[in-house]
Amino acid sequence: MPDLDMAQYGPFVWGAWGISAAVIALMIAAVVADARKAAKALRDAEGEAGE
Amino acid sequence: MFGLANPQRFMSATRLAPAILGVAAAVLFAAGIWLSFTAPEDYQQGDTVRIMFVHVPAAWLSLMVYGALGVSSFFALVFRHLLADAAARAAAPLGAAFTALALITGSLWGRPMWGTWWEWDARLTSVLVLFLFYLGYMALRASIDDEQKAGRAAAVLALVGLVNLPIVKFSVDWWNTLHQPASVFRPDGPTLTADLLTPLIVMALAYTTLFFALWITAIHTEIRRRRTAALALKTAGGA
Repeated sequence: MPDLDMAQYGPFVWGAWGISAAVIALMIAAVVADARKAAKALRDAEGEAGE
Repeated sequence: MFGLANPQRFMSATRLAPAILGVAAAVLFAAGIWLSFTAPEDYQQGDTVRIMFVHVPAAWLSLMVYGALGVSSFFALVFRHLLADAAARAAAPLGAAFTALALITGSLWGRPMWGTWWEWDARLTSVLVLFLFYLGYMALRASIDDEQKAGRAAAVLALVGLVNLPIVKFSVDWWNTLHQPASVFRPDGPTLTADLLTPLIVMALAYTTLFFALWITAIHTEIRRRRTAALALKTAGGA
């Protein structure tokens, strides 16, 4: 079973894992949001160019 | 292989790659997290060894991504290749994030183990310099309006920064540092036991797979952004 009791090191271990999870989540969110925005902008531009 | 260097061909050849790599990264992260918290405590570090499972992969990625940034910048500068320039630009923020993570998680390990959050030793300082190179690359690109000029100036900076990679890697051998020497990539093999090495390798694979998923997505975004700008220019010219 996983050992979740970090004793006196809890703030350091959970701090490191928490910050890592937060930064990775932010990175994924930023890349996906940029991708959606760029895809939409290209669709709009292609639409305008086709008109 | 060289056919892939065409942006449109790259886009269609790697269309499904982010989704496939994203699922693979999720599975590897799940396995890596389980292994990280079922691994035994280290006899010297206690539970702080679990910080290594997020710190070391981030540190490896910080170097690997800069290597990718450097190689892409070389091709962008020498061959003026659009895809290479897009790849370099897409890699920089991801590398900066991994380097920041390596610095922060290293500091969180250093406080209980070394008794200090930060020490100006060769390894820590050279990784901070690496982080500054990433920031400098992004700042330089953002500060020049002409995209081609910005790309060339930033590529030169990225190539200069390559000098720092062997300094980061070998700093623990060349100087007397508080940071411990390599314990995985050593000529005489890893010094870690399998109990600790396995979660480390699985987490490193998870980080690497995630990076490729995000990098390919960001390259697609960059290609689409440039195509949009070209179409806008064409539409404005035709109006």
